[in-house]
Amino acid sequence: MGRVLVWYGELTTASSLARRGLLLLFPGFLWLLIFLVLPGLLLVPLSFAERGAFGEVVWTFSLENYQRLLGFGVLGFSLDNLIALLRTLWMAFWTTLICVFLAYPIAFFIRAQPASRRYLFLALVLIPFWTNLVIRTYAWQLLLAPEMPLARFLSALGLAEPGMALFPSAFAVYVGMVSAFLPFMVLPLYASVERLDMSFVEAAQDLYSSPWRAFFHGVLPQTLSGLTVGVILTFIPAMGMFVVPDLLGGAKNLLVGNLIQQAFYTMRDWPYGAALSLVLILLTLVALRLYRRYGKEVNLA
Amino acid sequence: MLAVAIFSFNKARHGLSWEGFTLDWYLRLLQNEAILEATRNTFLLAILSTLLSTFLGTLFALGLERHPWGQGFRSFLENLLYLPVVTPDLILAAALVVAFGFLRAVFSLFEPGLLTMVIGHVTFQVAFVALVVGSRLRSLPRELDEAAWDLYATYPTYVRRVLLPLLAPGIVAGAMLAFTLSLDDFVISFFTAGPTSQTLPLIIYASTRRGITPEIHAVSTLVFLLTVVLVLGAERLTRRSA
Repeated sequence: MGRVLVWYGELTTASSLARRGLLLLFPGFLWLLIFLVLPGLLLVPLSFAERGAFGEVVWTFSLENYQRLLGFGVLGFSLDNLIALLRTLWMAFWTTLICVFLAYPIAFFIRAQPASRRYLFLALVLIPFWTNLVIRTYAWQLLLAPEMPLARFLSALGLAEPGMALFPSAFAVYVGMVSAFLPFMVLPLYASVERLDMSFVEAAQDLYSSPWRAFFHGVLPQTLSGLTVGVILTFIPAMGMFVVPDLLGGAKNLLVGNLIQQAFYTMRDWPYGAALSLVLILLTLVALRLYRRYGKEVNLA
Repeated sequence: MLAVAIFSFNKARHGLSWEGFTLDWYLRLLQNEAILEATRNTFLLAILSTLLSTFLGTLFALGLERHPWGQGFRSFLENLLYLPVVTPDLILAAALVVAFGFLRAVFSLFEPGLLTMVIGHVTFQVAFVALVVGSRLRSLPRELDEAAWDLYATYPTYVRRVLLPLLAPGIVAGAMLAFTLSLDDFVISFFTAGPTSQTLPLIIYASTRRGITPEIHAVSTLVFLLTVVLVLGAERLTRRSA
């Protein structure tokens, strides 16, 4: 028995308080340990193992999976995997940037609405967020089909061949990705735009600054926290995406997510899939790191 | 989404040409065993995983917020909660596939199926529930706790009469979030589902390969409407009690 203490009016001892706390934490903690932390750690040794003839795991240490990743495959040297890696970074970057450019006007538009109608517009932004991604992506397949107005319009302009679907293509992947992640960008951004103090912008305008300078000095610093959350919520899942490139991208637009899915699902090659997953985790960490550093510099400016 | 909804009323079986309004596909839906089975599975999965994760998540939030942990242990627990939120779900799915694979060698219980899907869903839901309930807990005034103890409440009475009623909106909001997350999830299910445990998103995904039938449009429309209703309901509930 430890010393008796008073904890928000309750007469108790430090040890019984700790015991109760641990008891409450224990079930959830155990669950996360068994089904989240341990499986994640398991990927590390697995990535150095090899695939057996029947898809089983052979525990011999080798760097083969990582060599394959770099392009030294069974079929000779090919850059396909590396290109997919770079493409993942590239597409996630552009998706995030497009989302930022679209989300600012939307956030300001909602702010400009009377308070009673703001909820309506927020709900409109939220609805796709709550709809199943597969259904949403499939809806884009419908909209980009050759019989639909968009494809007809483009072919009438001579920008697309008549009777051709607009997918699979990189364009379709961007459309799908941006529409999938836009809510993740708009919501945090709106939260900081709503609290925005416009007097900074007015001051900038009074001093005859260009709209760009007014934005960079008046708006950006104040909305940086929302922007940070939005960028993280967009960029990281965008790198792990496989549904959208799968349904809208075709073989030319595969991302790391597709490679991971194929390794686990089609080829039953767990060690290779584990190696790919670790690379994706690494990319995520590097992106987070870079963003933090870059974000801080903006903050100082 | 609107396009899908519109086409669910289209008479034409193939192609996208408009051939008149019909409710046939909704009637057909009621006779399609595979889709009905998948609907049952989807809801069973969502309900089971929501119940379990709400329980675990609420306890976790209580343990985290209501006890004087040291700074180090506290931030460790918080990081553990943010882990499933920031990890791409694909990685979580991959890790689970591997873990279940090895567990299966010991217990046959871990054959891919409903159980493995429930486990997968609970794993990411727990964190969301704990975060929602935790934020509600932080906003509750502690004076009510103190009042309860001053009135000589025993711990069970305190939990039943003070803590749970105050916390209920947070728990319900967390559970609703978990439920919609489960309905929405595709990636985790895709990796952990067995042949006998198809869910609606899986069927829709599979049929984008085999060719979509208007029945799929119909079922997509229904799922969409249901989610909207659920979200609006949850929003009402949290706003009224906030």
